[in-house]
Amino acid sequence: MKKLSGDKIDMNKLLAPAALIILYIFFSAFGNNFFSADTFKNILEASYYIGFMAFGVTFIIITGGIDLSLGTVMMCSALLGAYTFKQGCPLILSVLLTILVGVFFGLLNGLLIAKLKLPPFIATLGTQMVSQGMGSIITKVQSQTWPTATDLTGGWFKRTFIRANLFGINGFPVGALWLLGAFVIATLILHKTKFGRYTYAMGSNEEATRLSGINVDNWKMGIYILSGLFIGMAGLMYAAAYTTITPGTGNGQEMNGITGVVIGGTSMSGGSGTMVGTLIGVFIMSVLKTGLSSCGLQAPWQTFFTGVVVILAVLMDIQRTKAANRAKK
Amino acid sequence: MQPVILRMEGIEKYFPGVHALDHAQLEVREGEVLALVGENGAGKSTLMKILTGVYTKDEGSIELFGEPIDIQSPHDAQKRGISIVHQELNLMPDLTVAENIYIGRENVRGFFLNQREQNQAAEELLQSLHLNIQPRTVVKYLTVAKQQMVEIAKALSFPNTKILVLDEPTAALTDGEIEELFTFIRRLKANGVSVIYISHRMDELKQITDRITVMRDGQFVKSVNTEEVTIDEVVQLMVGRVIYEEPKMQSNVDPGAEVVLEAEHLNSADVKDVSFQLRKGEILGFAGLMGAGRTETARLICGADKRESGVIRIRGKEVRINCPRDSVRAGIGYLSEDRKRYGLCLGLSVEDNMVLPSLERLSTSLFVNDRKLTEVSKEYAAKVRTKTASVKTAVRNLSGGNQQKVVVSKWLLRNCDILIFDEPTRGIDVGGKNEIYKLMNELADEGKSIIMISSELPELLRMSDRIIVMCEGRITGELDIAEANQEEVMRYATKRR
Repeated sequence: MKKLSGDKIDMNKLLAPAALIILYIFFSAFGNNFFSADTFKNILEASYYIGFMAFGVTFIIITGGIDLSLGTVMMCSALLGAYTFKQGCPLILSVLLTILVGVFFGLLNGLLIAKLKLPPFIATLGTQMVSQGMGSIITKVQSQTWPTATDLTGGWFKRTFIRANLFGINGFPVGALWLLGAFVIATLILHKTKFGRYTYAMGSNEEATRLSGINVDNWKMGIYILSGLFIGMAGLMYAAAYTTITPGTGNGQEMNGITGVVIGGTSMSGGSGTMVGTLIGVFIMSVLKTGLSSCGLQAPWQTFFTGVVVILAVLMDIQRTKAANRAKK
Repeated sequence: MQPVILRMEGIEKYFPGVHALDHAQLEVREGEVLALVGENGAGKSTLMKILTGVYTKDEGSIELFGEPIDIQSPHDAQKRGISIVHQELNLMPDLTVAENIYIGRENVRGFFLNQREQNQAAEELLQSLHLNIQPRTVVKYLTVAKQQMVEIAKALSFPNTKILVLDEPTAALTDGEIEELFTFIRRLKANGVSVIYISHRMDELKQITDRITVMRDGQFVKSVNTEEVTIDEVVQLMVGRVIYEEPKMQSNVDPGAEVVLEAEHLNSADVKDVSFQLRKGEILGFAGLMGAGRTETARLICGADKRESGVIRIRGKEVRINCPRDSVRAGIGYLSEDRKRYGLCLGLSVEDNMVLPSLERLSTSLFVNDRKLTEVSKEYAAKVRTKTASVKTAVRNLSGGNQQKVVVSKWLLRNCDILIFDEPTRGIDVGGKNEIYKLMNELADEGKSIIMISSELPELLRMSDRIIVMCEGRITGELDIAEANQEEVMRYATKRR
C-alpha cells in the first residue's frame, strides 16, 4: 500500500536526458549549421565552466543550501589570475592563484554559513557582491586578458585546458577530458565517501545528523571549500575558453550552474540528487546557449530562455517533491 | 437510548492499489461521544475524511437524520452541520482568536472589515461555550489546550453543528489540559452535539466516551458500550490477537549491578539539580507531566543542549559531554520523542539512516564499502525485526513502529549500550507498540541499559524496573516497580514547590 508505482520514478529520471536529446534534435533541425563538428565543440566549450560550477554547487544544493556567488567568484578568480599574469607573475602561479581565489570565497561562504549561521541565501548574496567588487577594485575596472593559443610565453594555457592537436586530431577538445575527470572525482566523492553520505544526511535532516554524533559544522565548511575549489577551476576553464575577462560581469552566470543542477534532478530542498543528473543538466544549458545563437538569437534571448528554463526546472522540482510526499502516505 | 442521527453504511473506498475501506459502517447517536479506534491504517481517518467531504466515497450510503445525503466538499459537510478538528492545529498563530474563527467568512462592511462586530460575535460564541478566552488575543499567546478549544469553537461557529469529529485531540496536551478538554466535551454533549473521538490513548476512552466503534483493515469490527468492556478487550478487537508484554511485578535488576551511567547535579534552564544512577540491564522509567524536564534532562545527557553545571560519569569515569558527538562516542544513543525531526533523515534509505553514526567506524579508507554497509544494515534490520521491503527503501515509506526500529538499530550498530527512549511509542499503533516493548525488554536482557521517558503511565509501569518522577525540573520521587502505582507516581509528579 505504500509503494509508489515504479514507472513514475523512472519517468522522472528519463525526463532530463530526454529533454537533452529533444533540444539537440530541435536545434539540429532549425539552427543554422547546428549539427556539425564545430558546433559540437562549441557546445563542449560552453559546458566546461558551467560544468565545474555545477559540480561544486551540487554538493551545496544537496545539503539544502544555495550559492549565489558562483558566477561572480568565478569571474573574480579569472580576473585576478589574468591581472597577476599581466603584472609579470609566472603563468603557472596565476593559474594556481585563480583556483585559490575560488577556494578563498568557498572558505568565506563556509565560515559565514556553517560557523556564523547566516542563511546561505543572504551570505552568498553578500559574497556575490564582495567578489564582484573585489575584482573590479584590484583591476581598476580594466579588462584583463589571458594568453591566447599563439602566444609564445603562455600558449600552453589554452592547449592544456581547451583544445590542442592531440591523438592526431586538430583541435582536440582537451577541456572535455578535464570535465570528465572532474565529473568522475565529484561522482566518487558524492557517492562513495563519508563526505558524500554526510552531504545527503545534512540535506535530509541536519539536526538528526548532528544528534547522530556528526560534526555538522565542520563537514559543511568542507562542502563550501570543495565547492570553492570547483568554482576556481571553473574560473580557469572560463579564462581558457574566452580569454578576455571584463570586470563587473559574472552576475547571472550562477543561474547557469544552479539551473543545470536543478534540471538534473537535484532537489532545491536538499537531500537528493546525483552527479550524473548534474552533468546532463549542464549539457542542456550549453546546448540551449549554443543552439539559440545558432538560430540567430543573441544574448538577450539566451537570458530570456535561461529564465524560462529556471522556472520550468523549479516547477519540476516542486512536482517531484509532491510525488515524494505522496509516497509518504 | 438516544436516536441515531448519522448512519454510514457499506462505504467503499479504493486508492490506487489499496482497498482502504471495505464495507465500512458507522452509527452516531444524538449527544454521545463515540470513540473510533483502530490501528494505523485501519481506515479511521479515511472514513472521517469521507464524512467531512475531504474524500468522496466510491460506494455506500450516508444518512443524516434519516435522510440520504451526498457530501461533496468540506464546505458541504459544514453546511450540513458536520465539522472536524484535525490532529495538527490549523490556526494562524499571528492572528487573533476572532480572526481565526471567522477566517474565510469575515464580517465585512463593503470593502472593509467589521472588526467590532466580528469580535462581538466571537465573544458571544466563546461565552456560549463557557470558554474563558478573549476574542482579541493573538492565538500564539494561548496554551496549546486553549488553541485546541479555539479550533473546536471555530468548528462549532458554523450554524447548527451537530456532529464534531476530534482527531487525536489530546496528543499535545498535558494532563491538566486534557481534563479541561474533557469538561468541555461533556458540556458539548449536554448541548446535544455528537462527538466522534479518535485516539490512540486507550485510558482516555474509559473517561470520556459512551460507545466505542472498532475498525480493522478498512472494515467495521464491532461497536460496544464503553461501560461493558475492558481496555484489553478493545485492544484485542483492534489487533485481532492477544497482545502486550507481561507487566513487570518486580525489578529484574540486581541491586548490586554495575552502575553504567551516573548523573550528578545536572543544571540548566529547565533542569534543576538532577542526579540519578542507571544500572546495567535496567529499564529506568522517567515519569512526570509535560514540561517536567524529562526530555530536557535527556538532552543534557546526550549533549544536544549545553548544561550549566553537573557531572556525567560512565562506568565510574567522568566524561566530557559538550556536543552530541561526545555522547555518541561515550556509547549513549538518544531516541527522540520527535523521530521525524530529530531521529531520522526521512528521504534517505533505511541503510543510510542506520549507518550514519557508524560511518567513521565502518569506513576507514578513502571510499565507503557499500557491500559491507548493506550487509551490516541487513543484519541489524533483521535483528530488531524491521519490516521493510529492503534496506534501500526510503525511511519515509515505513510505518511509525518500523521507523522507530530503524532508530534503535542505528544506535545498536554504533555499539551504544545506553539507550534513551523518549516517548518511544508516540504515534505508533497498538501492534507496533508491543513490538517496541518486546524489543526494549530483549535489549535490557542483553545487558543494555535503558532510560525510558513516557507520558503514558501504564506503559511506564509495565516496562520499568524503577521509576524516577520529575516535576518542574526536579526529581521529586523514586519508586521501585514493586511499590509503584499510578496514584503514587501522580502524587510525586504534582509535588510542586
